[in-house]
Amino acid sequence: MSLIREPDFGTPVARSEETVQIEIDGLPATVKAGTSILRAARESGVDIPKLCATDSLKAFGSCRLCLVEVEGRKGYPASCTTKVEPGMKVRTQTAALAKLRRNVMELYISDHPLDCLTCAANGDCELQDMAGAVGLREVRYGMDGQNHLDAKADTSNPYFSFDPSKCIVCSRCVRACSETQGTFALTIEGRGFNSKVSAGMAESFMDSECVSCGACVQACPTATLMEKSIIDHGQPEHSVVTTCAYCGVGCSFKAEMKGDQVVRMTPYKDGQANHGHSCVKGRFAWGYATHKERTLEPMIRDATDQPWRKVSWDEALGFAAKRLREIQDKYGRKSIGGITSSRCTNEEVFVVQKLIRAAFGNNNVDTCARVCHSPTGYGLKQTLGTSAGTQPFDSVMDADVIVVIGANPTVAHPVFASQMKRRLRQGARLIVVDPRKIDMVRSPHVKADYHLPLQPGTNVPIVNAFAHVAISEGLIDEDYIRERCDLESFEAWKKSILSEANSPESVAAISGVAAEDIRGAARLYATANNAAIYYGLGVTEHSQGSTMVMGMANLAMATGNIGRSGVGVNPLRGQNNVQGSCDMGSFPHELAGYRPIQDDAVRGQFENHWGVTLDPEPGFRIPNMFDAAVAGKYKGMYIQGEDLAQSDPNTQHVEEALQNMECIIVQDLFLNETAKFAHVFLPGTSFLEKDGTFINAERRINRVRPVMQPRQGKEEWRITQDLAQALGYPMSYTNAAEIMDEIAVLTPTFAGVSFAFLDRVGSVQWPCNESAPLGTPIMHVGAFVRGKGLFVETDYVPTKERTSRKFPLLLTTGRILSQYNVGAQTRRTENMVWYDADLLEVHPADAETRGIRDGDLVLLRSRKGEITLPAKITERVNPGVVYTTFHNPETGANVVTTEYSDWATSCPEYKVTAVEIMPATHRTEWQEGFERREKQQQEMLENS
Amino acid sequence: MSQQLAIYVPRETSAASLGAERVAAAVADLAAQSDGGLRLIRNGSWGACWLEPLLEISDGNQRIAYANVGADEVAGIIDAHRNGTSHARKLGPTVEIPYLIQQDRWTFHRCGLIEALSLEDYQRHGGWAGLEKAFEIGSAATVEQVKISGLRGRGGAGFPAGIKWQTVADASADQKYVACNADEGDSGTFSDRMLMEGDPYTLIEGMAIAGFAVGASLGMIYLRSEYPLARQILAAALANARESGWLGDNIRGSGFSFDIELHIGGGSYVCGEETAMLESLEGKQGLVRFKPPLPALEGLFGKPTVVNNVVTLGSVANILRLGGDRYAALGVDRSKGTLAFQLGGNIKRGGLVEKAFGVTLRELIEDWGGGTATGRPIKAVQIGGPLGPYFPAAKLDTPLEYEKFAAAGGMIGHGGIVVFDDTVDMAEQARFAMEFCALESCGKCTPCRIGSVRGVELIDKIRAGTDRDRNLQVLDELCDTMIHGSLCAMGGMTPFPVRSAVQCFPQDFESAGESKS
Repeated sequence: MSLIREPDFGTPVARSEETVQIEIDGLPATVKAGTSILRAARESGVDIPKLCATDSLKAFGSCRLCLVEVEGRKGYPASCTTKVEPGMKVRTQTAALAKLRRNVMELYISDHPLDCLTCAANGDCELQDMAGAVGLREVRYGMDGQNHLDAKADTSNPYFSFDPSKCIVCSRCVRACSETQGTFALTIEGRGFNSKVSAGMAESFMDSECVSCGACVQACPTATLMEKSIIDHGQPEHSVVTTCAYCGVGCSFKAEMKGDQVVRMTPYKDGQANHGHSCVKGRFAWGYATHKERTLEPMIRDATDQPWRKVSWDEALGFAAKRLREIQDKYGRKSIGGITSSRCTNEEVFVVQKLIRAAFGNNNVDTCARVCHSPTGYGLKQTLGTSAGTQPFDSVMDADVIVVIGANPTVAHPVFASQMKRRLRQGARLIVVDPRKIDMVRSPHVKADYHLPLQPGTNVPIVNAFAHVAISEGLIDEDYIRERCDLESFEAWKKSILSEANSPESVAAISGVAAEDIRGAARLYATANNAAIYYGLGVTEHSQGSTMVMGMANLAMATGNIGRSGVGVNPLRGQNNVQGSCDMGSFPHELAGYRPIQDDAVRGQFENHWGVTLDPEPGFRIPNMFDAAVAGKYKGMYIQGEDLAQSDPNTQHVEEALQNMECIIVQDLFLNETAKFAHVFLPGTSFLEKDGTFINAERRINRVRPVMQPRQGKEEWRITQDLAQALGYPMSYTNAAEIMDEIAVLTPTFAGVSFAFLDRVGSVQWPCNESAPLGTPIMHVGAFVRGKGLFVETDYVPTKERTSRKFPLLLTTGRILSQYNVGAQTRRTENMVWYDADLLEVHPADAETRGIRDGDLVLLRSRKGEITLPAKITERVNPGVVYTTFHNPETGANVVTTEYSDWATSCPEYKVTAVEIMPATHRTEWQEGFERREKQQQEMLENS
Repeated sequence: MSQQLAIYVPRETSAASLGAERVAAAVADLAAQSDGGLRLIRNGSWGACWLEPLLEISDGNQRIAYANVGADEVAGIIDAHRNGTSHARKLGPTVEIPYLIQQDRWTFHRCGLIEALSLEDYQRHGGWAGLEKAFEIGSAATVEQVKISGLRGRGGAGFPAGIKWQTVADASADQKYVACNADEGDSGTFSDRMLMEGDPYTLIEGMAIAGFAVGASLGMIYLRSEYPLARQILAAALANARESGWLGDNIRGSGFSFDIELHIGGGSYVCGEETAMLESLEGKQGLVRFKPPLPALEGLFGKPTVVNNVVTLGSVANILRLGGDRYAALGVDRSKGTLAFQLGGNIKRGGLVEKAFGVTLRELIEDWGGGTATGRPIKAVQIGGPLGPYFPAAKLDTPLEYEKFAAAGGMIGHGGIVVFDDTVDMAEQARFAMEFCALESCGKCTPCRIGSVRGVELIDKIRAGTDRDRNLQVLDELCDTMIHGSLCAMGGMTPFPVRSAVQCFPQDFESAGESKS
């Protein structure tokens, strides 16, 4: 193993298909038209010294080290800013150039501390490399001239420091913040010799708009912007390419190591989802893997009011197996089940659902996609034929109109948001449909053409109104529909859409969005060459989540916006492997690849392979499990990496269900909220210890590679395998690759996938099989997977959750950038400096009438429960709408959410809860109880 | 009631600095009491700064000039004029002042003559005829006339305007712009300002012609913040032009729409460099862009843009009105037409002199300028602003035309001529060049950002006698690095005055820090 050093070609790759012949130092070279001389040389194996150029940023031409001579041209053009021309003859090394470069470097070093030996960048410093390359031997100006050597370092960011005394003012950080990240937090302040990098308005990095994505640190060629972990530990000695385990973007990273210690995670340029970019979570928030609270030993207890006992793996698994079988003996085969984790690898998920189907003998398996994107799977399958998004992320670069519905990309999918913003800066138009003024509505160099701040719960009328405008104004693509869609369903849909109830004027009354804005946005979408829809949980987590997904698919089909680059219906999936966990057969009614368990042929194939008879009846969904538990019919549960007690709606109902069970097995990194109700705790592994694959929101299968041994001594798939064996079902994989081999055999869309294949090609988007050996970036090209695209009627049925005099406000929930989901990981990192408590966003008008001031503790009460939390007064929300996050367990945001759910998939309606708020003096009963349990859990742990 | 008199007092910055506003106020007071017998007219300056405040009295036939007038002398002058008696300030008829009548006034032919903001006066003296001519002959022929004229960019680079216009005209784009560089920052230059203050409509007309010729619908004037009076006058002129239909939609029924926005600079010398100016116009920091792409193809907001300076655009209306060939008949070789030279520094008769190319430096300095103000011998002349090389007195007979002047090691630039007498310390001047660069560098490229600071330090060491020969050698290499390595002319030309000082006046670098007398 060695350190991966990615080549830097100096300037971005040219997009042209044409090539140009040139001569570099007397040798012929063929490069794409539009390539810089600098890149052309590097591609031909010739290194030209450079400092301000890097291939992730546009050429800038400031350092003047990459000067070359071009025959027939006077002077010394900079090779980064000069493009190749046919027949051009370039000299990269002449006596004149050598002198010029050495003299430029001499100027740099005349204002740079000569402390290379003790510098954190020693061994990984481009300035040092270039000084060597140009042969600088002395600084004839002396070191006593004007300089910046006394400039003070800014260490305010928890993850990196900024030391301006080492800055060479190459602007790479400023350009990365603008071009790569799109935040525009950095600038060069002052001019001439006083030019200096400045965050915000001469603020510290922490006080500025900086989002700590790390792009500036990545771009810095010196030790000016440097990870504190490198300052503390020194340079890494080897690196491993792996995949981030936070959101559904699925960024590729190099884990940079010293032995088995991670010293830095750096985004991998060849990562097809992130192209070398990152966010604060993936780049920096990985310290939870070695957090002191991580539980590394198996534990059991007979009852949840007893202390935990640390035991051997064998004892824990034996205990679990015995209990599960006893429950089945007593309450029946279907009285136990399990949950697969979207945070785990496909291989880990696959063996859990296999365990449940083959060893438990029922189909009581579900996954957290139930509570997020199950309507996506359902809706896109019905209309288009595939339970997944249609496009690769890169497709957005061809979109002319982008619609963001119920998604907040800059906080939940930051790396993709940066790409989207890049496209918007190139001139694409933007429509945002969201109750809140999310960052995409207005941020530096981004301004939505339309923001439709709809009343929560009125997505379906809005999308119907879009369709109404498109049809009634003749903006639909008749040829496309005739050629590719089911015409009968189209006619029926068209007729229903044209009902007056769907006109912008009617919908304005329901949604609170002005009719002319709906009409304008609909026209913009329908008349675009390429229009792409991106959506998130603001679409799915509703009682009509599936209806809305189909409504968007209808609209996209009707306007011909599916089946090529730049278009599509694109779910921004939340978790790193939520796509994969669904693909792996985690739903009670489907086997891997979304094939129905009730289908004899499909089931038979699995039965043959697994050597058991499978139950043909679908099992419980998560909400059914809770209901059955409360009813006393469901008693045992194996929960892989999911905190049901914190993340599922109507917490008190969930708690009642969990309390009613006789064997809860939690497999996780930390003793989470659900573990308070558990009898067996099986310590899991972090992504740094896993060998396997994740599948991101664009169906991309990425490799996850272990950088250290499992800290608790056992790979997670092996825990499941050992449990299966303890239950008497033989399972005997010797490594994770064998599990993927079995997935490939049993799943047509994965037929071509293996670890060896992925290691060779990097990553691949499913379907990957004989007809698509290198995968399928864009779905439904030429024809829909289901044959003819199906239009499904999408009549609006309002949610039963209504506001009333007692509950006059609507609560909607979401996330913030620095925290992730239930916060189990991010709360155990320095990310807490950005957000250490859930806040309730309240419009000033609603706050004023209730006497609530910014920062006040408020009581948030719904028909289901009540909690208290601090208020944040903001116009980001409309009057009548309040908003919070659910990152902290002690807040208990889901105590107030309801169990209303999507009609088709039971996905909970997290996004609409009728509430009232008022100033609070003390915490609620639930919160008091939470604290009691928390204390108790701690005691039980200490006594174990 | 006596005969009505029109009193002309220039509303112009250099005249104002010599008291013209007080003179105008005195005239206005008298006019208010005169019951219509006196009328104050605010013209621009004729350019003879050494005569300012230059008051003219017209009885409707002839304008009689009175020079260096003080506010307290106004009443006496008017009385003397009315009574036909002599007055110490009287010069005689303006049209007989040699300094003026010996010029070739093409671009400045209305400057001083007309009431600067009077559309009527402008039109009476040939105003708008150029734009009307352009409408008549069409845009392609308009570009052709500019090409025939041989007009070159007067901002300093001397690039043929017609070729630039052709490039923009040939580019296809949904939007094109005309950007007027009015960031006149070179030391010793003031011709742009004088034209904007004295004949603002000629710039507006020139920009409209450019817009029509290349297919641009919007013009922008980037005016330096240090010109508050020009700002007032331009703003008023733009409003008047818009109101009378010479700007805006469908100009005078031509079908051509064009408007102009006035932008004020941020106080940075380097924003006079065209690409930094475009950045600044876009609302960004004034950092230099690399070229290519040329602004003609990817200029303002990435769109094809004509970037010309004030005098260039201000010369265009007359070229269209009178014909490009008439302009080309002036001047010599590849330096066609006229240049508005500006005489400054240590000179007796400072001011603006518009002459056809080919005039020598000596003619300008001696015949017009009357030699140094101190009466001492000339030691050096700097032409072309702070980045221009110093010319020793021995080279004063060099004719002013782009190629010949460059061959002699000089740079005509924007035509500013700054004269130094024999008391000047050229080592100090060399230091000033580096210091100016350090002060005004945008900071983007290394040779300019750091090199200029090191240059100051080196010259200080040389002047202090520290390791002189070695440091002169390092300075020479630094000059090479800046010339060949800088991103734009700012760093690339700063070594010119430094080198010329070292080469032509080596003795000034030898006697350490001694004061010269």
